[in-house]
Amino acid sequence: MLLARLTQANGAPGQEDEVRDLIRAAIEPHVQIVKTDALGNLLAIKNPDAPGPKVMLAAHMDEVALMVVGIDGDGYLKFRPIGGVDPRVLVAKTVVVGRKKVPGVIGSKPIHLQRPEEREKAFTIREMVIDIGAKNREEAEKLVQLGEIAYFTTEYEELGENRVKAKALDDRVGCALLIRLLQEEVSFPLIAAFTVQEEVGLRGAGVAAYQVEPDLALVLEGTTASDVPGTDDHKQATALGEGPAISVMDRSVIPNPELVQELLALAAEKGIKVQVRRSTAGGTDAGQIQLSRAGVKVAVISVPCRYIHSPAAVMCKDDFEGAYQLVKHYLARLEERAGLS
Amino acid sequence: MDVKDVFRSLSEAPGVSGYEFGLLELIKQGCPWADEARTDKLGNLILLKRGQGPEPRPKVMLAAHMDEIGLIITKIEKEGFLRFSTVGGFDQRVLLAQEVVIHGRKGTLTGIIGAKPPHIQAPGEQGKAVKMEDLFIDAGFASAEEAKRQVRVGDLVTLKRRVSQLAGSFLSGKAFDDRAGVAAILECFQVLSTVTHQADVYGVATVQEEVGLRGAVTSTYGIVPDIGIAIDVGFGDSPGLSEEETIKLSKGPGIAIGPHVHPKLHARMVETAKEWNISYSLDPSPYPGGTDAYAMQVARSGVATILLSIPLRYMHTPVETLDYRDIQATGRLMAMFIAGLDHEFVEGLTCF
Repeated sequence: MLLARLTQANGAPGQEDEVRDLIRAAIEPHVQIVKTDALGNLLAIKNPDAPGPKVMLAAHMDEVALMVVGIDGDGYLKFRPIGGVDPRVLVAKTVVVGRKKVPGVIGSKPIHLQRPEEREKAFTIREMVIDIGAKNREEAEKLVQLGEIAYFTTEYEELGENRVKAKALDDRVGCALLIRLLQEEVSFPLIAAFTVQEEVGLRGAGVAAYQVEPDLALVLEGTTASDVPGTDDHKQATALGEGPAISVMDRSVIPNPELVQELLALAAEKGIKVQVRRSTAGGTDAGQIQLSRAGVKVAVISVPCRYIHSPAAVMCKDDFEGAYQLVKHYLARLEERAGLS
Repeated sequence: MDVKDVFRSLSEAPGVSGYEFGLLELIKQGCPWADEARTDKLGNLILLKRGQGPEPRPKVMLAAHMDEIGLIITKIEKEGFLRFSTVGGFDQRVLLAQEVVIHGRKGTLTGIIGAKPPHIQAPGEQGKAVKMEDLFIDAGFASAEEAKRQVRVGDLVTLKRRVSQLAGSFLSGKAFDDRAGVAAILECFQVLSTVTHQADVYGVATVQEEVGLRGAVTSTYGIVPDIGIAIDVGFGDSPGLSEEETIKLSKGPGIAIGPHVHPKLHARMVETAKEWNISYSLDPSPYPGGTDAYAMQVARSGVATILLSIPLRYMHTPVETLDYRDIQATGRLMAMFIAGLDHEFVEGLTCF
């Protein structure tokens, strides 16, 4: 299954190669042009010379990860996160490090040797190390170089009746949606941008939009779902099973209000369950795309994911399917409106 | 039979305290060198390898616990999330974002230990550990009804972790505490099958150590050994721990010295290690307790006991890490120690 392969591929910001290669192979039969740019964005273009609105769909390929920044005398690896990672989720996890995919573990002090008050304090990144079983610095350096990346090792797995557990659902769900949507037959120019470096400041999206010059852009994301115990209803940004989330505002963008209303109306008309994202926190590639050149109308459609930016996130397959249906119908609507069909 | 493979399977198999039965077949099949295998009423697995000496033969009991720490379901929330309590000692900080296996009524299910997301936590909360009572298991259920079809209160949960092969002979995984000790017993039996020994050797995979050394109490009573050797894991050298509270990995077992170690056994074990060129560390152990040696020592009219510790990093986490060669060294040391035993030495143990 494509989403399984996408989430199990590794792609830290700036090192999206594995993900890009998978996507390229999947989309090549369906588009006329596939190209990459200086940052590594992958652009797939259907109907480059056709008239009509130029529509950009975007999803980012990168995921949060850890970079090796030091190797100590005993052969332990020091690391820092690339992108937002709560250090507390790293304790007692397995990782693979670098190009050689060296297995490692992030250990912690045994409970027996802790003072009770220590257990109330979160471990900090500076206290943690990756143990690859190397005896000393020399042995470690044979396996790992500074600057290499450590990734979570979570396997894709289906849970419950219609849920999925995987790493990097943010934003491989978007990548998987884009790949599927590229198989739609449309007559207007449709450009899928698989962007790089979203997690370190939306670096790839602006560059991609500049090249595409879209009339309209839809960003497909995996977003925080907080429908979990201990969270008041009004603080739940999104909830699983309530359909794809449409953003009204976040830290990076105020999506075009007309477009938002149009998507909500379309969902109602087609009987697609959707939810409005109920948080203004977080940012997405839409923040950069809207500011491209003289400005672009954007909207953000997200698949809710619990525990994003941790080793394992959980999503609902119905929400994923809903996002696909909504965008598919929207593309059909654009087709009708342009008088192309 | 490669004991290392048996050890891997044991690590990955579930066996929370009191629920160790899934391990019995793995251990029995992993030990073709035993003459006999039986279980007692608490579920201890007792492997016997008879000695070649004239009867009555000295009896040596090797004890390593097979139970692991785990979780137990305490409540099914209305949204389908599962609340839990612990069986054995967990640091609450290692549980967040772990994958778990729920041993439910219709088979096993995968879940994730979650908490509310960081961005809706109050300022300052992120520097604090997420409290055990705020954690929950998300097994992908959409409602309590869906959950209750598969899970009941009281169902057990183990951490989900395969064994990782790290550099050299280092391995990492869950429940190495104390399946490493069980593997050392198997290694010992394998070596014993190649040498002559007078004593009868009872290799016991004990139950319920993590909740109070209970299996060792009944199995020692049943066996009535002359010598008890407990094999458990010891704190391996790792970041943040001082030298005096740890044993170095890759240097063989720690040979304990302290109130629960018979002085003559300690001396003989050290001599054996030197004679056979098996590396070891001295493991000063001022407080008795915490291992099966403590229970064995006071069984019936008292048993001469000793404790061997296999150095282990990150104890009681699902990334426990060790050097497999330390398990082999521990097995070999015990075997050579047993091969050197005779009646005279055993009788001397009661003479102070």
